Parts: sequence; structure tokens; C-alpha cells
Amino acid sequence: MARPDARWSARALEAAVWIAPAIVAGMFLWLLGDLLARGVAAFLPREADAFDFGAAIELGRNIVAFLTSAPERAGRGGGIAPILVSTGLILAVCIAAALPFGLGTALFLSEFVPLRSRFGTLVRRSLDVLAGVPSIVFGLFGNALFCRLLGLRFSILSGGLTLACMVLPLLIRTAEESFRAVPISQRHAAAAAGFSQWSTVFRIVLPQAAPGLVAGLILGIGRALAETAALIFTSGYVDRMPGSLLDSGRALSIHIYDLSMNVPGGNAHAYASALVLIVLLVLINAAARWSTMRLLHGQERRA
Amino acid sequence: MPFPRLASIVLSIALASLIAAAGCAPGGSAGEALRRGTRITLTGSSTVAPLMSEIGKRFERRHPGVRVDVQTGGSSRGVADVRDGLAEIGMISRDLAADEADLHAFVIARDGVCVILHAENPVASLTNEQVAGIYTGRIDDWSDVGGPDAPVTVVNKAEGRSTLEVFTAYFAIDPREIRADIVIGDNEQGIKTIAGNRHAIGYVSIGAAEYGREHGVPIKLLPIDGVEASVRRVADGTFPLSRRLHLVTASPPRGLVQELIDFAQSLEVHDVVEELSFVPTP
Amino acid sequence: MWWRNCRLFRLRSATRDRMLIGTSRALACVSALVVVLIVAFLIGESAPALARVGPVRFFTDESWHPTADASAGSFGLVPTLVGTLLTSAGAIALAGGLGILSAAFTRFYAPRRLAGWYALMVELMAGVPSVVYGLWGLMVLVPLIAAVRPPGASLLAGIVVLALMILPTVALLADAAFAAVPRDCVTAAAALGLTRGASVFRVVVPAARSGLFTAVVLASARALGETMAVLMVCGNVVRIPRGVFDPVRTLTATIALEMGYARGDHRAALFVCGLVLLAAVTILVATAHAAGRGRPHGTT
Repeated sequence: MARPDARWSARALEAAVWIAPAIVAGMFLWLLGDLLARGVAAFLPREADAFDFGAAIELGRNIVAFLTSAPERAGRGGGIAPILVSTGLILAVCIAAALPFGLGTALFLSEFVPLRSRFGTLVRRSLDVLAGVPSIVFGLFGNALFCRLLGLRFSILSGGLTLACMVLPLLIRTAEESFRAVPISQRHAAAAAGFSQWSTVFRIVLPQAAPGLVAGLILGIGRALAETAALIFTSGYVDRMPGSLLDSGRALSIHIYDLSMNVPGGNAHAYASALVLIVLLVLINAAARWSTMRLLHGQERRA
Repeated sequence: MPFPRLASIVLSIALASLIAAAGCAPGGSAGEALRRGTRITLTGSSTVAPLMSEIGKRFERRHPGVRVDVQTGGSSRGVADVRDGLAEIGMISRDLAADEADLHAFVIARDGVCVILHAENPVASLTNEQVAGIYTGRIDDWSDVGGPDAPVTVVNKAEGRSTLEVFTAYFAIDPREIRADIVIGDNEQGIKTIAGNRHAIGYVSIGAAEYGREHGVPIKLLPIDGVEASVRRVADGTFPLSRRLHLVTASPPRGLVQELIDFAQSLEVHDVVEELSFVPTP
Repeated sequence: MWWRNCRLFRLRSATRDRMLIGTSRALACVSALVVVLIVAFLIGESAPALARVGPVRFFTDESWHPTADASAGSFGLVPTLVGTLLTSAGAIALAGGLGILSAAFTRFYAPRRLAGWYALMVELMAGVPSVVYGLWGLMVLVPLIAAVRPPGASLLAGIVVLALMILPTVALLADAAFAAVPRDCVTAAAALGLTRGASVFRVVVPAARSGLFTAVVLASARALGETMAVLMVCGNVVRIPRGVFDPVRTLTATIALEMGYARGDHRAALFVCGLVLLAAVTILVATAHAAGRGRPHGTT
């Protein structure tokens, strides 16, 4: 049943599939290029006329100094070491809190509840709504619940727990989708072979859902690292090296915001910090993907 | 027999209370000890925060064992937290309001407010009436004030900011009459906005504008009533538009809090104040 | 593995099953509790404004000039609400299409290495802070638009920046959805002689409807709730825009701009903005679910 315009629409679609990523890549590389241009300027040695070996060593030394020293002059000098530590701790708390709740809820919704049950639908809908709560409201909520009510005050713990609330919908929905994608025939086969539910979940469903879980985890990590407004009111502004989870610690995104929007002359360091954040992101994503696939799948990811 | 539904609901409530208990315990005893002796918390204006953060670091070096924690959240949060006892000191970027007379305020710096244009805008100065006219929409083209033939892009600050209040009070503009094209929050956002638009006009902190201009940002500061807009003019009191940055406490300060406030007002931190483009109090 | 010797694994399988079900139900309850708590928080904080200003005034007042005392100010939210809806709708339209096409690209069209690099780039996009997107928008995009039509900070800038921000969500989740479609579908399509375009867009996409749907819903929710970036590039003028080059203000920007300086009824009114936003998201989620019933994998 050949339709007269089938051919050009198909060609248009094929073209679109190539044009779309080109547009996306173009825009993002534009942004990244701008970031690089402004950010690297902060690291370059003073008299960098010719890019020779000495300048390269100086550049490397500047970068290392930036990563290992404390901020000075309200962040316009010195480095971001305490901020990196705080950010890492906040992220760790967030993932540690969100993963069990996320996976558990997703498992419950996909394995132990009928598809159209009222409870399941209610939970899903409310999670979708949760995904739309503005980050600043999360910040104020976290401040009221964790900082004041639970007495944690401005602390990395408060920040991490608030972020966990924020990434929960993302984790749960993606995990549930991944679990549901495992064909039901496999569960039937397992039941027929005498598997308990525990074994079905841990030996059959989880390993096959691993790639989807990775996507959810990476999105969650990305969202957590990118968050600013929620952390201002919970983990705070203090740029000292944190001594414990109950200390206030400044996250990298807040540092970038403060330097670019609040402190005069903080631009160069703001961009440099943004570059560091991006490198950090690449490393963390790689680690997340590797460890998830290792744990669940026992093999490297295939594209 | 299936796991009773009731039992798992109970379990979830138990889990939630467990987290709550875990949160309360360290916050209770250890937090108390810290708060009583060795930690001073300041919250409030994000304009004052970088300043107090640096002053706090110097103070910590002089008093080992003391921690000065600076948080942001805005001037109103500073006032609220001081009243609720969640912070020892509040930071505000304005004077105390009428309903805040029960608090104690201490000036730590001054900051001027000036009108800025893009550096390539040929207009060199504006009278007060012209500024008011531009902001209320009566004048909407640069050619009406001796500039190029182009519409004016008016940049205003968001409601409630102290710079807005200072500006509208001086130029006798009713905030509700302002016809803005762009509304901004922080000074740096204003500076970046105007630097990117050749026909924009706005008002920001003098220190931030001066710093930007000295470091190559394409903006220029307009004189007001004939007085050059510079930090020096604010320092010698001749510049008409200024606001004062304060530290506030709920009760008369004592002990370490008193020492910190005194330190913040002392000559020893004048270089920190100037480095952040504010004017130290005499 | 060493952990298989621990007590947990030596329990009877029936007991283990019950523990698993019970624990996961408990975790699900706590997760649902978070939503309840946030809604309760919002309602509690906005109660003073709802009581003293009244819900009707938020939609009938002429302008947005809130004051600490309810009687003196005006609290009209309609232009701001329109701003939120327009920026998010534009961003979703842009990012939804581009995101799904991107995912199809990486999974079915691109050579392996190119797909790998592109996927890496998209993951990067997901983690870039909103501040950085906003900064780029403020320093690069807005002056560019201003050169075409002042003031530059506009609905268009907001849509572009927001689309860039939510695109990774759509792309990554769509990719996961495509990955979840059983390989049999694709091979069957090939066996039937379908072209690549047909097998992707007429077989895989419909099969992945559920996951694609989740992707778009989550991304829309994210767009509605985005604060920092829109604050920097939208212009923040409380006015219904007459075109894409006009400035707009979103509900989230209002909260962020004024929360630090608001007292009394003004502060409560900002929480009302949050409530209105929540209502908008709830309506979006409800209509989206109602519109797309009956999908394979079938999560509602």
C-alpha cells in the first residue's frame, strides 16, 4: 500500500534524525567552548605569550594548586579544595539515601503491586508531581524539615537528604520503567522453575534492568550536582573544609553561582570551577556506570 | 501467609522515626556544646555574606577554636533567624525597618548606588528628571536625551531590594510606576545585562560597577547631581546615593559575638572591606 | 560471592520473600510520604496569604506589587503563570522532539563510536548546573537576541536555555526506553523488509511509548520547576508577552528573586506561587496520564 508522499516524509525523517543531534551538539559545544575559553584563562600563567613547555608545566601547576588549596579573597583567589570535598560528601549522602528508597519503591511498584492498583497509581502520580516542585521550594522545605525540625542545622547531611528527595522521582520512575521492561514471560518461567520472588528479583530482573538503572542513576547524579537553590538553604555557604557530615559545606554549584553573580571579579574562577565540575561529572558518571554494571551484570556495558 | 499489610505500614513509620531520631541525637548534645561556646552563625544578605565570610576567617585565626559560619538567604531571613535564635548575628544590606526597632544594628560598611550605561553609549550624564522620566516610561528613546536613535532598555531591580528602595527614594519615583524591560536580582546580573546591551540603563552598587569597569567590562558610571560616581566620593560623603550594611542582633551583644562585631567594625578589616569594593565605616 | 554465606541468604525463601515485599512496601510508603510532607509544607506556609489576601485576588489583581501587609499590595499572578506555561511549553516542544530524535540517532543510526561520544556529551549536559546554562544564556545568547530585537532577555532566550537543560532528561530516558524494546521486534521488522526509518519510527517508537512518555513527563516537570537559569535570561518583567522577544517572568523566578527580601504576607504569597506551580504540574501529570492510556509495559 504505497502512499504517494511516503518517500519524501521518510527522507525528511531520516534527515531530521541527523539534523537534531547536530543542532544539540552544536549548541552544547558552543556553550562548552565559551566555558573553556573563559575558564582556562584563570589557569594560564601570567606571561603566556608563547605556549611552550614551561608554560604547560606552569598551567599544570596552577590547576593542581586550584584543586588542592582553600579559597581566598571570597573565592577570587586560592582554590576549591574544601568545596570539592563538600560536594563529594553531599553527593554521597544523596545517593546513599536515595538509592535504597528509590530501588525499593520501584521494585514494589513493578513487582509486588498489580498494574492498575490504586496505591501504585497514587504513588506514581505523586512522584511525577514531586518532580515538578521548584528547587527553591525543596530548599526551603529541606530547611524546615532537616535543618530546623530534625535539628541538623546547616549541614552536609541536610543538603544530601534534601537532594535525595529531589532525585527520588527520577530514580524511581526510571527504575520502574527498567524493571517493567523485563518481559513478564521471564518471571513466569522463573516461577515455573521454582524460583522464589527474591531470586527472581535479584537474579533475573535486576541484572537485565541494569542499563536502565544506570541511566536513572546518572541522571540523578547529574541533577544532584547541578542543584543550587536547594542547597543554599540546607548545606549552606561556608567554604571551610568540613570536619563531619554535620558541618556546613559549600557545594560547587553554589560556589559558581556566588562567584559569577555575587562577588565582583569572580568570573574567572567561576568558569574555572565550572570546568572542574564538568570533569568531575565525567569521572563520576564513568564510575557509576562501571560499578552498576559490574555489580548487577558482571560485564562491561555494550552500547 | 503474606506479610501483613499493617505490619509493613508500621515498619515504614518506624523507619521514618528512626531517621528522625538519628537526626535529633547529634543535633541535641553535640550541637548544643558547639553553639554555646565556639560557633557563631551569621545568616542574611548575600551582599554582606562574602564580606563577613572573609572577616570571619580572620577572626578565626585570632581566636583558635572559634568557628564563624556565614550563611545566605536574604536580609529578611537574617532578621527572622536572629529573632528565632537560629543565628547569633544577622546580616542586612539596608537600614532596620520600622517594625524591626527591637533589634540592635551595627554598621560595618557603606555602599553607593549609581546609574550605569553601556560604555559605547555617547550619553555622558543625565539629570534627575531624565532618569525618572526614563524609568517611568515618559522618555523611551535615547535621542530624547542626546543619545543615538534607539529605544531605551530599562533595567530595574526586583521588588524589596534595598538598592531599589534607595534609588526610587532619591529620584522620587513610585516603584509601581516603573516601566522596566528587564528585572534583575543581583548586582552582577545587572552589570552583565548592561554590558551585553548597548542601549541599556540600570543601577547597581558603585563598588561592583567600578570594579567591573576597571577590569574591562564595557560599562560606565554616570555622575549624579554633578558628583562623580566613585567609591572615593561615597567615602568622603559627597555622593548622594548610598546604603549602609549592618550586622544585627536580637539582644545587646556580649562575649564572643561582641568581639566579632567590634572586629568587623575595626580598622583592621578595612582592607577586606575595600577589597570587596565597599566603603569602610570611619 | 562471599556475601552469599551470610545469614540473609540462608533464610527460607518464603521468609526472604516476605521480607523483600514488606521492606519495599515500607520504602514506597516513605517515598510517598515525602510528597505529602512537601504539599503540607507549601500549604502551611502559604496559609496566611490565602487567608488574608484570598485565593481570588491572586487571579484578579491588576499587577504584582506585593507588600508585607496584604491590604496595601496587589498580588496578581496571571502574567507570571502565563510566563511559566509558555516557557515550559516551548521548551518541551523543542526538547521533546530533539531528544527523541537524538536517542533514535544514538541507538539506531549513528556508527558506534560517534554514538558513544554523543551519548557522553548528553550525559555531560545533564550535570551542568543551571547556573552555568544561565550564565551562558546571559553572556552569549541574550546579547545576541538583543542585537536582533531588544531587550534580549526574553521568552525566546528562556525557551532555548530551558530546552537545552531538559533535553538530556528526554534523550537519556528515551534511549533507555529504546533499549528496553525487545530485540525480536527490531529483527522481525528487518525480516519483514522494513526500511530502517520505518522499523524505528513505526515499530520501535510505538513499542517504547511508555518509556518515552515517562521521559517527556519528567522533563516537563523539570522545566516547570527550573529556577536559576530562567531567572537569568527571561527578563523577569511581570507582563503577558506579546511575542517571543518580549520578557516574561516565571513563578519560580518570582520566588527566587523575592524570597530573600520578603516579609509577612509577601513571603506567604511567594509560597502561594509554589502552590500554583504544584497545581499546574498536577494538572499536567493528570492530563498526560489520561491522554496516553494503554501502553505496552503499561505504567500509568
